[in-house]
Amino acid sequence: MILSPNTAPTPHSYLLARTRWGWAEIAFWIAVAAVPYLLFPTYLSLASQIAIAALFALSLDLILGYAGIVSLGHAAFFGLGAYAAGLFSKFVWGEPITGLIVAALVAGLVGFATSFIIARFKHLTLIMMTLGIGFLMHEVANSAHWLTGGHDGLQGVRIWPIFNYFRFDLWGYTAYTYSLIVLFIVFVLARRLINSPFGLSLRGIRENSTRMTALGADSRAHIRKIYTISAAIAGIAGGLLAQTTETVSLGSIDFQRSADVVVMLVLGGAGHLYGGLVGAIIFMVARDQFSGINPQFWYFPMGVLLVTIVMFLPGGLLGGLSRLVARFRKTSP
Amino acid sequence: MGPLLGVLFDGFAYGMLLFLLSVGLSVTLGMMNFVNLAHCAFAMLGGYVAVTLNRAGWPFFAALPMSFLSAAAVSVVLERTLYRRLYRAGELDHVLFTIGLAFISVAAAAYIFGTLHQPIQTPAYLTGSFQVMGVTIGVYRLFLVITGVLVAAFLVLALEYTRFGAKVRAAVDNQRMARGLGINIDAAFAITFALGSGLAGLGGALAIQVVGLDPSFAFLFLVYVLIIVSVGGLGSIGGSFVAAVLIGVSDIAGKYYVPQFGAFMIYLVMIALLMWRPQGLFGKR
Repeated sequence: MILSPNTAPTPHSYLLARTRWGWAEIAFWIAVAAVPYLLFPTYLSLASQIAIAALFALSLDLILGYAGIVSLGHAAFFGLGAYAAGLFSKFVWGEPITGLIVAALVAGLVGFATSFIIARFKHLTLIMMTLGIGFLMHEVANSAHWLTGGHDGLQGVRIWPIFNYFRFDLWGYTAYTYSLIVLFIVFVLARRLINSPFGLSLRGIRENSTRMTALGADSRAHIRKIYTISAAIAGIAGGLLAQTTETVSLGSIDFQRSADVVVMLVLGGAGHLYGGLVGAIIFMVARDQFSGINPQFWYFPMGVLLVTIVMFLPGGLLGGLSRLVARFRKTSP
Repeated sequence: MGPLLGVLFDGFAYGMLLFLLSVGLSVTLGMMNFVNLAHCAFAMLGGYVAVTLNRAGWPFFAALPMSFLSAAAVSVVLERTLYRRLYRAGELDHVLFTIGLAFISVAAAAYIFGTLHQPIQTPAYLTGSFQVMGVTIGVYRLFLVITGVLVAAFLVLALEYTRFGAKVRAAVDNQRMARGLGINIDAAFAITFALGSGLAGLGGALAIQVVGLDPSFAFLFLVYVLIIVSVGGLGSIGGSFVAAVLIGVSDIAGKYYVPQFGAFMIYLVMIALLMWRPQGLFGKR
């Protein structure tokens, strides 16, 4: 994962080296595939929620960690995907995989439409735009009560068994397996995307977009592309939530969800691909453990966490870890 | 004409409240480019201070200055100890840090005061309403309008005609140049920050009678405040004033005439305005 600092690789070999799967990565995926079934079989529905949150955080990582777009309204696309998948199963059919594709398409289309706005702005105005789009979508979902059920949530979502065989069970075996497989497939695609010349130029735009334009990379077109992709992935995550819980609430599109996913990503470390995954696991498990307390109190550890990360741990857990590894490698050749 | 004028008046009064809440953020953002999402947490602090003192028997008008002072004091301590370390960081760090502070304030408020709405006792002569040419004027709202206009006039005069105001304007226009000319930007900023947060605290105390006070206050008004700041333009008091009135009137009018749209219109208006003028209506940069 981490290149030895004394070689100066060509861009091609650099990217090639980064596409290789490391031992830590393989171990991580084996662990998340095995541990919940073996050690926590009663927590599989939580595990499936974690996988969905991780997928959502991954989608945010693509724009925040790699393209440097700070979005405070990413739940708009999560919610769009959730409502699209829910409504699709209610009014067309309950086949889950086509449902996910519809969720991705709807969220991706809206993402594409809004990406023209996003690509034009920077700094505070950009944050305000993402925030505005997020609140706008929330209001649309809230006021279209006849379609979405508004505050009562979308009822009547029925999902067929996957491939007409794997039924969604009460314990979450199917839900977790399904969510995990989708997460893994999307992760592999995102990993490939990030380790491509396109991904490299995104990082260039994050660091200095004026210079990238001067070098001949069209910053705005790149940002439009990655924003659309990110929106589609967020839509898939929302669709997964709608399908595995068979309901869609306004909570899937509100500001709280946008803020939560930023916290998860930053906790794990933005710009590491695995940051969102690690952050989602820690965040969701912690919230599950503290679910007994008043939800308003839950804000306290979250706030302390954010302040601590910004002050003492830039780059989140994975950022700190990779600095530690780098220091270790430097001292012992 | 009656209902229309009434809606306009209520909207204007509401806009004055929003102006008090947002003007400080506008100026500090213009000076340091620091996105302070905890601004409304200071407003909430002012509100809770007013409620606590009011319950302890202080009259309303004695509690108001205290809510100003407490919000200013807490904010300047935070600014000197924590905020200043992040001025050179990117906006993501600003956003995360200040959202974290706002989260902590929400939890603390819920822990100390509970999640219920807090009542405040206003003097009897501020309650009730009277009729002028068929328009119902709430006395408290009239009081809000007078306060807001007075504060705006005071701020404009202070910014235009005092030495300190000139320093602040220089810092908003070009912070590095102002620093190069020997202006002590850090000190000027700390004072501005305290003043802005204090005004937010005052706004928080005044808002209780109109919109109530509970721990969600820190986020409920944040969106309105941010809209006003970005639409009005950074560092522009006049811009904040116009934007606050615009948002206040359109919010009240929207709720009165087209309640089914909800807050929909405001977000749409904001996006459209920012598309048209990314620097805000009166912004220079």
